[in-house]
Amino acid sequence: MREEAIALQANGLDNVATIFAEGIVDGIQVTVLNSSGKRTSLTVIGDVPYGHKVALVDIAKGEQITKYGEEIGVATHDIRAGEYVHVHNLDSMRGRGDLEKEASNA
Amino acid sequence: MPSFMGYKRPDGRYGARNLVAIVPSVTCANDVAQAISRQVNGTVAYLHHQGCCQLPPDLDRVTDTLISLGKGPNVAAVLIVSLGCEGTDHARMYEELCATGKPVEIIHIQELGGVTKAIREGTDIARRLAIRVSGLQREKADISDLVMSIKCGASDTTSGIASNCVIGAVSDRLVDLGATVVFGETTEFIGGEHLLARRAINGQVGQQIYDIVNAMETRAKSIGCDMRRGQPTPGNIAGGLSSIEEKSLGAIAKSGSRPIQGVLDYPAFVTTEKGLWIKDTPGREPEILTGMAATGAQLMCFSTGLGAPQGFPSMPVIKICGNPHTFERMEEDMDINAGLVITGERSIEEVADEVFAKIIRVLGGEMTKNEAIGYFSAIDIHCLGPVI
Repeated sequence: MREEAIALQANGLDNVATIFAEGIVDGIQVTVLNSSGKRTSLTVIGDVPYGHKVALVDIAKGEQITKYGEEIGVATHDIRAGEYVHVHNLDSMRGRGDLEKEASNA
Repeated sequence: MPSFMGYKRPDGRYGARNLVAIVPSVTCANDVAQAISRQVNGTVAYLHHQGCCQLPPDLDRVTDTLISLGKGPNVAAVLIVSLGCEGTDHARMYEELCATGKPVEIIHIQELGGVTKAIREGTDIARRLAIRVSGLQREKADISDLVMSIKCGASDTTSGIASNCVIGAVSDRLVDLGATVVFGETTEFIGGEHLLARRAINGQVGQQIYDIVNAMETRAKSIGCDMRRGQPTPGNIAGGLSSIEEKSLGAIAKSGSRPIQGVLDYPAFVTTEKGLWIKDTPGREPEILTGMAATGAQLMCFSTGLGAPQGFPSMPVIKICGNPHTFERMEEDMDINAGLVITGERSIEEVADEVFAKIIRVLGGEMTKNEAIGYFSAIDIHCLGPVI
């Protein structure tokens, strides 16, 4: 088993990384491991459950969030580097019947 | 060249199991089919919920799917249980299944004078079919005779990093050996369809991939709400998947990297062209597992993070778990621990070796955990229109 808490960056283009560790609470240091094996340190903002994501850089509201080198959604708030990223600050852009309904009612 | 021991069928395909399929032509025949199957060893029943009061394209879809299930190489003989007044075409079902050269029988509940008489007659027929096929011996088959289906269910973020990557590695190896691999879950192409279309063997197949994704997304959007909670599911979200795009990008990892030969409609049986194929299915277990068995798959590799235990009556399902904690908790239901990739104890290729070896053993008769426990009665056929 790995001793340190690893935040895995799946692709070099990604602005988020996934932490596969328990007990990740606000202020804790994790090691970011990128796809070529390089390690850097990151301070986590917020409590992050096992398998959830953190931002690797500051992401402005409306900016694309990238994982596997591809878009997984858009930031709904300004997100700081190290901050927990999930449905509270990431919005999906697909399968959004609600947005189409709003647009057609407008 | 790897090989396995299978049951040779009249069409030259090799089965990994030697089952008598009891096929209700409509949901109203389920209880009779189930009673027959419970009574007779070596049988399985497909207890679906379709086949009447549906629009004609869906009735054809149900008829075609049930025919494809009967054609599957794991099925040695078929007993169709018809009510008599249903919307599916039980006469065509009987004719097309007879044309496979397998023993096929049909009973009609209304014509036989009711449920108990149909159970009595069906049990007698199923007993004779079971005895007739039970002496068949396994013969050596080439790995290129394998049709493997793949799926991920109850995914979390470990799926796209570990278990789906393991299945992708296995899929690439099998395609290189001349086998056929089929993946589906069109909903889980949303956000990753451009990556799949790039791997299509030609522009026409690439366009088909965009078309099936667009049709699936349009159906979802027609309800006028955000798809989240339907896809991704609450469990996916609790497991760290924030959007359908993130789920999809992890899901398509299980298709490996080889070219995509074409797109099969939901009821379709595989063609003679080998390689990697897409089948247009939703993600939910009862419907996709039926669709994949209807493809003619002898087995399925099923990736999970949160722990999905479901299987299918006539298609062994190998559960490959990407989350090390889930594997520890649900080891009784999980065949392979791909969580060791997450903990850094194994590489993707090492776990792929383990899966490959398990596939050969399961093809030769070894039971999967799901199969041993018999957790596979909840099946269904994916229809597009309303029940009317």
